[in-house]
Amino acid sequence: MLDAAILGAVLASIVAAATTLLLASLGELVAERAGTLNLGVEGMMIVGAAVGYATAYGTGSLLLGTLAAILAGMAISLVFAGLAIWLATNQVASGLATTILGLGVAGLIGAPFVGTRLDGAPALKVPGLTDLPVIGQMLFGQDAFVYASLALLAAVTYGLARTRIGLVLRAVGESHAAAHALGHPVRRIRTLAVMFGGACAGLAGAHLSLAYTPFWASDMTAGRGWIALALVVFSAWKPLWLLAGAYLFGAVSILQLHVQGFGLGIPSQLLSALPYLATIAALVAISALKRGQGAPASLGVPFVPDR
Amino acid sequence: MPLRLERQENVSGLRLALAPLLALVFTLIVGAVMFVALGHDPIRAFGIYFVGPLLDTYTLQELVVKAGPLLMIGTGLAFCYRANRWNIGAEGQYVAGAVVGSWLALVTHGTDAGPWVLPAMLVMGALGGALWGLIPAFLRVRFGSSEILTSLMLVYVAQLGLDYLVRGPWKDPDGFNFPQSVTFDANAVMPLLMDEGRLHGGIILALVAVVVATFVLGRTLVGYSIELGGSAPRAAAFAGFDERRVTYGVFAVSGALAGLAGIIEVAGPIGNLQPSISPGYGFTAIIAAMLGRLHPVGIVVASLVLALTYIGGEAAQISMRLPFDVTRVFQGTLLIAILAADVMVRYRVRRVEGTSHA
Repeated sequence: MLDAAILGAVLASIVAAATTLLLASLGELVAERAGTLNLGVEGMMIVGAAVGYATAYGTGSLLLGTLAAILAGMAISLVFAGLAIWLATNQVASGLATTILGLGVAGLIGAPFVGTRLDGAPALKVPGLTDLPVIGQMLFGQDAFVYASLALLAAVTYGLARTRIGLVLRAVGESHAAAHALGHPVRRIRTLAVMFGGACAGLAGAHLSLAYTPFWASDMTAGRGWIALALVVFSAWKPLWLLAGAYLFGAVSILQLHVQGFGLGIPSQLLSALPYLATIAALVAISALKRGQGAPASLGVPFVPDR
Repeated sequence: MPLRLERQENVSGLRLALAPLLALVFTLIVGAVMFVALGHDPIRAFGIYFVGPLLDTYTLQELVVKAGPLLMIGTGLAFCYRANRWNIGAEGQYVAGAVVGSWLALVTHGTDAGPWVLPAMLVMGALGGALWGLIPAFLRVRFGSSEILTSLMLVYVAQLGLDYLVRGPWKDPDGFNFPQSVTFDANAVMPLLMDEGRLHGGIILALVAVVVATFVLGRTLVGYSIELGGSAPRAAAFAGFDERRVTYGVFAVSGALAGLAGIIEVAGPIGNLQPSISPGYGFTAIIAAMLGRLHPVGIVVASLVLALTYIGGEAAQISMRLPFDVTRVFQGTLLIAILAADVMVRYRVRRVEGTSHA
């Protein structure tokens, strides 16, 4: 039977699994609110995972590894920005190219590290609170990435809704022509938004390879970047809904593992497919409910001044 | 930066044909930098990667064997992308086709069923791929869900389904517990075209698909409605073209061709079902479609180039111990380069005097 200790551990692992998705989807949400659909999340994330792991392995510092992962995600995002924003190429194709390139680059960087392991990011403990039954470990026993993701969520929510930068960014995403006419540098703002997305995807990758599963395996992102993209649609471009979506998906991916462990005779492949099937179901449910109307009006439309 | 892109009117055909060449040159430069960074002599690496495979009849055959699925899938994707429908799940449709077609090979195994098995397998493979491709089309038409994300998610589902079958009900009972099906009977495998090597009849079917697609896309009303629906959806609606039928049609065609490529690969070079039956053909075919400018004949050329990166990658893995990811870097760079080169030949970058916000 499930006792409090097991339940507490399961809840804690759901939060950990959700954190990768939350980080990556927050960054993509900002890029999309500025009007750019970047399908390169998977590529930026895995480069972050590889660079973060390589750096942490070489220097022995998880902090340096994390910083390197963020920078690597940003660097890859510039490939997309250069194509889709400055050369006004098709955003879908540019994002795919970014992902394909990212998977290759990450494989090259990670190749020497196959089979190695790191001590993952430690759980931060609050004396007394971490030992609370059931929710103690989930709330007060996570690693720094989890708390960083929640802080980032708060910052993005506040920043988009209440600050001037957020207002300008949303204006650029809703109507780039109007924003341009008002004198806002549309392409520069979009580039910064895409770079923020790259930084978040890199951080998500670092969480994966430095904390969640602290080793390197090629293709270790396993479609999480794509699920993060779906979460942005699911959230109707509202950051707080990302939290709900990410934790829901975290729960699906963790619970299917536990069901596999119980050995109920359900094929493990069917259970492994659940997160992907759930993504499809969520996308269909959201579009059926017409929540998709929350999409920024200029999403995916390249901006070419004076046209 | 006070730079501005200016659209060129009347870009000549020569200039447009230049773009893929420009992209190739750029990719090779990036490749040289990559080889140096990995500590290899770039001249020697290029020799092994791009020249060696062209000097040997066996690898030349392999080039065609690998180009076959790419150009078949890529030709189907050209239908989708011309219609501005983003099917990026061809890899899943390829797997679905391979599974459905293989079912027939497995149930007729050891029954001496006759020569109809292979043709029936091919038809079933195409149907399986088409059905798998119609799922995202249906979800888009019925609910307005993004076909980009749903088609991709279905890749993972299809791969896991295949994994289940070859480790479970379809596992060869006498296979020493290896996760694979029985080897197909002689009436369920693609005929070889030459006495030596692996060149099989699949390439002929792929070229037939190219010819038919060239005709349909270029010379028929169907092709025109696809093109118009992609570039000017409102005009297409006014002209009376049904957007939903176009969506179903292009997904069915691209799914069928991907599924056909899948069953051909399984009934050809592989010979049975295994957990992994593709080195990413469904994704590389996206690049082939783009690099070939969504024209079937262009896609043939592009597929040969991309097949060369596969073969070269295998050679470099063996003789230089380079990871296979080098091939993925080449393929990704090539797609980036072709997207950029397209802009470069159609637009002119101009310096703008005075201050201008970007």
